[in-house]
Amino acid sequence: MKDFRFLSMALGLAMTAPGVSAAELALSIELPRIDVAEYHRPYVAAWIEREDRSVAAQLSVWYQLDRPAPSGAAPRGESGTKWLPDLRQWWRRGGRDLAMPVDGLSSATRPVGTHVLRFDAGSRPLAGLEDGRYRLVVEAAREEGGREQLPIAFDWPPAAGQTLDARGRSELGAVQLQLTP
Amino acid sequence: MSATKPSLSAALAAAVLASAPVAHAHKMWMQPSKTVLSVGQWITVDAAASTDPFVRDHRPLGLESLTITAPDGAVLAPANPATGELRSSFDLRLDQPGTYKLAMVRDGISASWDDAGKRGRWPPRGQPFSADGLAKVLPPTATDLKVVRMLSRLETFVTAGSPTATVFDEPAEGLAMQPVSAVNDLYADEPAQLRFVIDGQPAAGLVVEVIADGIRYRDAVEAMELETDAQGRIEIAWPRPGFYWLNVGTEDRQGSAEAPYRRLSYTAVLEVLSP
Repeated sequence: MKDFRFLSMALGLAMTAPGVSAAELALSIELPRIDVAEYHRPYVAAWIEREDRSVAAQLSVWYQLDRPAPSGAAPRGESGTKWLPDLRQWWRRGGRDLAMPVDGLSSATRPVGTHVLRFDAGSRPLAGLEDGRYRLVVEAAREEGGREQLPIAFDWPPAAGQTLDARGRSELGAVQLQLTP
Repeated sequence: MSATKPSLSAALAAAVLASAPVAHAHKMWMQPSKTVLSVGQWITVDAAASTDPFVRDHRPLGLESLTITAPDGAVLAPANPATGELRSSFDLRLDQPGTYKLAMVRDGISASWDDAGKRGRWPPRGQPFSADGLAKVLPPTATDLKVVRMLSRLETFVTAGSPTATVFDEPAEGLAMQPVSAVNDLYADEPAQLRFVIDGQPAAGLVVEVIADGIRYRDAVEAMELETDAQGRIEIAWPRPGFYWLNVGTEDRQGSAEAPYRRLSYTAVLEVLSP
C-alpha cells in the first residue's frame, strides 16, 4: 500500500510538472587520430543555435584546464583560457561572455576517440528550450592544427526517434546527434 | 556645415586642395598582433608610415601622440614602448573585459603662401604654429596666404571578451568613426556597417578607401572606394579575412579665426576573421 502510494505520487508529479518531457538529446563526437609529430588535444565546443544564430543552449566546452602548481613551484606561465578565442564561432556565440570554468559546461580536453554527451529535456541546459528549429554546432580547434565546425539542423522537441549524422574532414570525425522523444 | 552656400564651400575646399602638397604620400597605420582575445592577455602593436599599409619599410610613427582608452574610460600607458628604424611598437595587457581604443591624434596648424612664384610654408614639421611666429617669417610680398588646421586621427581597436562601445562615447572633434557593426566582431562572410561623422554630425558623400593587408603578395592594391550615404554610413563586403586599412579625408571651413580652413583625416585599422 505504502509503495503504491509513493509510486502514484511520483507519477502524478512527473505528469503534472509543466514543460517537462522525457525527451533526450545524445551527442557523440569523434576526435580522429591525427598523425603529426606534435599532437595537442583539440579544444572542442558544442552549442545549440536558433535560426537567427543566437545561442539557445551551451552544451559543452573542452579546453586545457589550469593545473594547480605543485606546492612551492611557480605558477605555470599561460592559462588555458588564452586559446579559447581560437574556437572562433563559439567565442562569438556566447563563449566570450562566460567566466571560465563553468560548472556543468566546461571540462578538460579529451583524447582521440568517441565521446558521448547526454542531455535531458527537463534539466539544464535544455530546460526551457522552446519548440522550434535549431542547429547543433560542434567546433574544434587544435594547437599546431586547424579548425573545423559542423552544423546539424534539428527540430525540438523530437516527434520521433531520430539519428542525424555529420562527418568532419580534418579536426572532427563522425558527429552524431541522437534525439529521443 | 556651410549647407547654405554649397558652391562657395566647395570652391574653397578645392582651393585648399590645390594649394596643398600631396597630403599623405605614406599611409599611417597601427597593427595589433590580435584584436579578439580573452581577458588578461597581452597584445603587441606596431605603428608606422609606409606606401603600402602594414609593410614595414619606411619610417616609425612617434608614440608621443598615442592615447590608449580602456573600456571603463581610463587612459592606459603602453608597456615597452620602442621606436625602431622602420616601426615603433608597444605592448598592452587587456585586464578589463571590453573594447579598447588605441588612437594617435595629430592636430596642428600650417601656413602656406606664394612669394613671387615660390611656395612658402611655415612652421617646419614638428614645430608649433603661432600667429606671431608666422608674422615674423611671412615675407611682406607674400600673396595667397592660407592657414590650415590639420586634424588627423588614426585608430585601431582590440577587445577582451565581449565587445563594448564605451570608447566611442566621448565626442571627437573633426572626422571620426562611429561603428554600427562592432569593430572587433567582423567576419569575412558578413558585410559590416560603419558610420563617419564630422564634429558628431553625419559625414555624407565622402569616399572611404579600404585596403586589405597583403599588397606585397598580389599585383594590384585592389583598394575599394565606398561613398558614405546621407547618414555618413558605408557597408563593406570584406573580400577575405585579414587586416584592413580604412582612410577618409575632407576639407572644410569650420576652423578658427586663426586658421579658417580645416583638413580632416580619419584612418582605422580593423581585423576581419574567417567565419
